[in-house]
Parts: sequence; structure tokens; C-alpha cells
Amino acid sequence: MEFQLIWFILWGVLWAVYFMLDGFVIGMQMISGAIAKSDTDKRILINTVGPVWDGNEVWLITAGGATFAAFPRTYALMFSYLYTALLLLLFALIIRGVSFEFRGKVDNADWRASWDKAIAVTGFLLALLFGVAFGNIFKGLPMDAAGYHGTFLSLLNPYGLLTGALFLLLFAVHGALYVSVKTTGDLCTRAEALAGKLWVPLLVVAVAFLVYSKIDTKLLDNFFSMPALMVIPLIAVASLVAMKIFMAKKDWYKAFAASCATILFITFTGVTGLFPNLIPSSLDPVWSLTIYNSSSSPYTLKIMTVVAFIFVPIVIAYKIWVYRVFRARVTEDDVLKKSGAY
Amino acid sequence: MDVVTLSRWQFAITCMFHFIFVPLTLGLSVLTAYFETRWVQTNDETWLRMTKFWGKLFLINFALGVVTGITMEFQFGMNWAEYSRYVGDIFGAPLAIEATVAFFMESVFIGVWIFGWDRISRKAHALSIWLVAIGTNLSALWILLANGWMQNPVGYHLVTDAMGQIRAEMIDFGALLTNANGWIKFFHTVTSGYVVAAFFVMGISAWHLLRKSNVDFFKRSFKAAALFGLLSSIAVAGTGDLSAGDVSRNQPMKLAAMEAVWETRTGVDFYLLLIPDSAAERNSIEAIGIPKMVSFLAFHDPNSLIKGLKDVPRDLRPPVAPTFWSFRFMVAMGMYMLLVSAIGVWLSRKPNLEDYGLFLKVMLFSLPVPYLAGQLGWIVAEVGRQPWIVYGVLKTADGVSRSISTAQVVGSLLGFTLFYGSLGVLDVYLLTKFAKKGPDDDIGGFIKMKEGRG
Repeated sequence: MEFQLIWFILWGVLWAVYFMLDGFVIGMQMISGAIAKSDTDKRILINTVGPVWDGNEVWLITAGGATFAAFPRTYALMFSYLYTALLLLLFALIIRGVSFEFRGKVDNADWRASWDKAIAVTGFLLALLFGVAFGNIFKGLPMDAAGYHGTFLSLLNPYGLLTGALFLLLFAVHGALYVSVKTTGDLCTRAEALAGKLWVPLLVVAVAFLVYSKIDTKLLDNFFSMPALMVIPLIAVASLVAMKIFMAKKDWYKAFAASCATILFITFTGVTGLFPNLIPSSLDPVWSLTIYNSSSSPYTLKIMTVVAFIFVPIVIAYKIWVYRVFRARVTEDDVLKKSGAY
Repeated sequence: MDVVTLSRWQFAITCMFHFIFVPLTLGLSVLTAYFETRWVQTNDETWLRMTKFWGKLFLINFALGVVTGITMEFQFGMNWAEYSRYVGDIFGAPLAIEATVAFFMESVFIGVWIFGWDRISRKAHALSIWLVAIGTNLSALWILLANGWMQNPVGYHLVTDAMGQIRAEMIDFGALLTNANGWIKFFHTVTSGYVVAAFFVMGISAWHLLRKSNVDFFKRSFKAAALFGLLSSIAVAGTGDLSAGDVSRNQPMKLAAMEAVWETRTGVDFYLLLIPDSAAERNSIEAIGIPKMVSFLAFHDPNSLIKGLKDVPRDLRPPVAPTFWSFRFMVAMGMYMLLVSAIGVWLSRKPNLEDYGLFLKVMLFSLPVPYLAGQLGWIVAEVGRQPWIVYGVLKTADGVSRSISTAQVVGSLLGFTLFYGSLGVLDVYLLTKFAKKGPDDDIGGFIKMKEGRG
């Protein structure tokens, strides 16, 4: 297999894993205001992601680094064209991280309330920004030899906003299911109920996204020209349906697993639909950034492949160990009595 | 101001702000790991309380280091798209490797360390902070190999890419990995980070010792930090000498700016008091000379030839004043730290360190000195590299993004300044609050593990 294709697949996997892992953190942030009824509840929620959020965010940094190393032209143009959106994303990521770490450091109700707001707002902002950014990438950016012809506001087109809504709902349900398997008592019940309530809107938006993608973009062309690939969106849809079935059976672990699969396969659907583009040009395909015209040299890609195939499995191994160590549900006792809790 | 100037300011501000947190992370992770290891070995609860107290300050600092680090990765593409496109083939690799090999390790195991007190054995817990320390230090290695390539580009050739533009492609990964500039910078930077941590611990310990609070606790902290600080200061001086040697061989104009040498000459004298005048292309004051010392320091040969700034046109010279003054003050601060940490080692071995009030006050107020020295060091390295973004290959002005407007960068620059400013205030507030509070007597869940696991 050619190295560009290997790195295209890795690129898609890095984004998919990032959305799956940070998705539940972002989702927890978004729903925290709705399901937490007390300071203890809020602390429990933050502590469900406490040991893992930072490691999860590194998948984003790795996805960015991989884009830089494997497809430098795409990295350069994507980041400079989406300047303002990325700036907002950066600020949201920074505030989110600081909120988790600093909220519990001062025993004052106003202090904590401010960080609680920051946690919720950055959750919504992150989901929306990732959705809008990827929606516009799926659709293509108005770019040609002269550069980029869009603005930050032109990103907020109907398809971009629809993808934003899809990400908001995906992450919110994902977060609610995560909380449902990581907490106990009333908080857990409220998370379960919220996941159930948000599933129908999620389905509606997901269907609208597919239909609109067919009408407004070339995202689904690859699937029609190579029907075997249809299996990817089909798994996404099947996972989405399975999520509801497991929720109805009150099997929350399996529902969360189905939610993980939904996010992975929706991302794979988008990335497969882009191929061989990384960012299509909405003006003329000649100006699209493809894995061929924007990649690094075979020599660099070969070295990066060796590094990735040695170290990514190691990373996955110790991450699995960490999730096992912290697999227990977070209880009131944990945040009130244990040292180290946020 | 144009996009290039604004982007340079933004890069400088965000990098320097990030580098407030990085050096302390590099050093305090190692010290905290050492304290916890001593606790595991001796079962002495003071070591555990030290681990918890310094660990808490470490975490406040670590959080800001992590979040401000993401800006660095994004900014190459956001503001320096032409640079990123031009060098991505060779420069992107160490960055991606840094994330895969180092960031994951530090970010995953910091979570284990914070939340794992009651869940894993003592040894596994101590191991997790060591993995954080190794991860942060490894991440410094990869980013400095990347920076080393910008200072001394090796292992590449220039070719036309798929879209018909010139770019640098990697042809020798081994050359990138063994680039002396990167390795010297790595050792110089991490050891200077250890000095920051040593002075941080000594400064805060001095504050408590002056008030006679938790005397045994802070004497033990001070003693460990003083030795760590002295050894690291010696290493900083040694690697600084290596670094100057590397600059002399590979970046003659940076050396000329650091020492304010205008004319190419052999056996260049060093002046203790010197004021450069860039407009007149000469030094307005040169006094208290040491014969041939610049030549000796640069090449370890008193008669060696030093190239002068006038060798190249003005637009190929780095700005002399910031490079020169930063270098001078950095070196002076380095010598000062060597001296006071040596005194610290000596006094902390006496039974009554808490009675040396004047010295403790000096150490309290010396806390910011290594921070400043580190920032000045980066001004020397980065301003001294100008006008090049990749030395001798690509100019900074040619590396900037073409698609961004002045208004966008003015907005982001203002945003970063205000936002980072408030984060800085928060950081200082929290660090001061917890530093003053002193160690907790309640050492938490680990006590009950004394009999059980671990």
C-alpha cells in the first residue's frame, strides 16, 4: 500500500479516536448544567473525566501533528484559512483545561460557579466549532490559486451549521451515556433520562445530515461509485439504532459502546467520502488538496509510518490500562474523601 | 504594523508565556518524583508531605503549561503557513513524534498520578510521576531537535513539490536526530529548567523558614533543591559554553550580535562594559577589556577569527541590541545562580539554616532570576537567528501566512495578550495561595496503605 494511503487512513483514525474520546468529555461539559443539582454532583462529573481528559486531548494534538508531518500543505492552508475558527477553538480548549484544574482550588461559591459556566460554555463551543469546521471541510472550502475566498462568517452556512448540530447532539448523547456508566444514584438516572430524550433529535439531525450531504456536497459520491464502502455508513446507522435498543434494555455499557461506534463510523464515513481529498475546493476540483498533491515525501512518510506503528500500540496499551485502573464509578465518597479529586 | 511583525509579536508572546510554565514543569517533575521515591524507600512521612505539597504547586503550573502548549502547534499553520508548507516534510516529523512519544506519556500518567493515590501501589504511583518527568523531558528533546533544525538545517534538500513550489524535503533522518545544535539546546534548556525548579523550591522554602513555619519540612526541601540547583547550574554553564561554540561555528552573525563585534578580526577582546550602537555600526563604549577573551570563549583559541556584523548587509544582520543585552544579562544571571546555589548547598548543610535571614531573603527574591535568564536565552536564540526563520535557507518574512489579514492578527494578538494576561494573574494567585498555605497535615488516603498494598 502506498504511504499516502496509509497516512490518509491514520489521519482518519486519529480524528475518529479523538472525537470518540474527547467527545464524551465535551458531552459531559455540555450536559453538566442540566443534570448536576449540587456542588457535589458537579465535582462528580468533573471527576469522571479527571484522570483521562488530558490524555484524550493529546489525540487532537497528534492529529494536528500528523497533518503537519504527513500533509504539510494541508496543515498550512487549513490552519491559516480557518484562522478565526481555530483561534476560538484554542481559547475554548485552554479555558476548558484550566476550568477542570482550577475549579476546586478555591473554596468559594462564586469562583466555582464561574468555572462551571466556563465548563458548560466551552463544551458547546467545542462541539459546535468542530462540527462547523468538519462540515465545511466535507463540503469544500472556496479556494483556488489566489488563496481562500471565505470568511469566518461564511463557514456558518446551512450545511456547516447542520454538521455543527450533529456534533452537538452526538457529543451530548455520548457524554450522557458516559456519565450513566460512571456515576451512581440520581445523577446517573438523570443522565440516562437525558440520553434517552436526546436520541430522537440526534436521529433526525443525522438523517438530515445524510440527505443534505447528498444534495449539497460530493461527500457520498465515493460510496455510490464503490458500493462496498457503503458498509461504513451502514455500521454508523446500525450503531445509532443499537444505541437506542440498548438504552431501552437499560444496558448502559452497551449503549455507550454503541455511541463510541457511532462516532467512529460517522467520522470514517466523512473521511472516506473525502478521499482522495483532504480538503476539497468548492470552486474547482483542480484546487482541491489531495493526499497526493499535499503529502510529504515517501522517505518522510516511511519514517513516520515506522514511528507510528511502534508507538501508537504502546500508547493504546497504557491507555487501556489507565481506563481499567479508573473503571469504577465515581461516587460522592470519592470526591468528598479521597485525595487528589478535583 | 504588517502581518509579519504582528505575527512575530504574537509568536513571541505566546511562546514566552508558554515558557513560563515549561521550565518549572521540567524540573519540578523530577524533584517531585525524587521526593516520592524517597518516601517509597524510607517510609518517612515528611517525604510524602513534600511530594504532596510540591506536587500540588507542580500541578497548578503543569495545567497551564499543557493548555498553552496547544497554541504552539496551531500557530505554525495559522500564522506561518508558508513556513509550514516549506519545511513540513522535515520539521513536522519531530513534532508528530513529540506528540506520539512524549505528550501521551506525560498527559496520561499525570492523570494516573493525580487520581491514583488510592488505586495503585506506591511503587506504581511513584513510577507514574517518573513517567511524567521522562515524558516532559522527552518532549523537550523533540521540540528542541525541531528548533535545532531551524538554527542549523541538516539532512534535507530543496526540491519542487507536487504543486510546483520549492520546499525542503528530508533526506537523512539520522542527521536530524544527531544535530548537535538540537542536543546542546536540549541539555542547556532542561538543565536551566532544573535550575528554575531549584530556585522555586528554595525561594518558597526560604519564605517559610523566615517565618519559622514547618522548619524541618522546608529545611529538607531547601537542602535537596540547593544541591539540585548547584549541579544544574554547573550543567547550564557547561552546556552554555557548548552552545556558544556551536553558534560560533554555524551562526557567525548571531555570535557577532551576542558579542557586538562589528569588524572581522582575530583575537577579539572582551569588554566588561560595552554599549553597542547599531545606527553607527560601532560600540559607543568599550571599557575594562580582557584581551582576546571573545575569541577564546567562542573557539577556545585566543587568536581565532570572529566575523563582524559589517561582513553582511544590514538586512541580513540580527537586531544587535536585544541579542547583545539578553546574552549579557543571561550570562550574568547564570553566574549569580551558580554562586548563590553554592552558598545554599553550604548553608543548608548546617543545622541552623533558618537563622540565616539575609541569605533566605536573597533566595526568596532570587526566585524569578532563572525564569528571566531562560526567557533572555530564548531571545538570544530566536532574535539572534533573524532575519532567518530557517538559518540561511528561508527568511522569516517569507514564512508568514498569505491568507490572513492585519485585522485578524491584531484581533488574535489582543485576544492572546488579554487572555494570557488573566491566566498569568490566576496562576500567580493560586501558586502564592498554596505556597503560603504550606504543607497539609492530612496526607490523605495513602496512610492506610502502609500495611496493605505497596
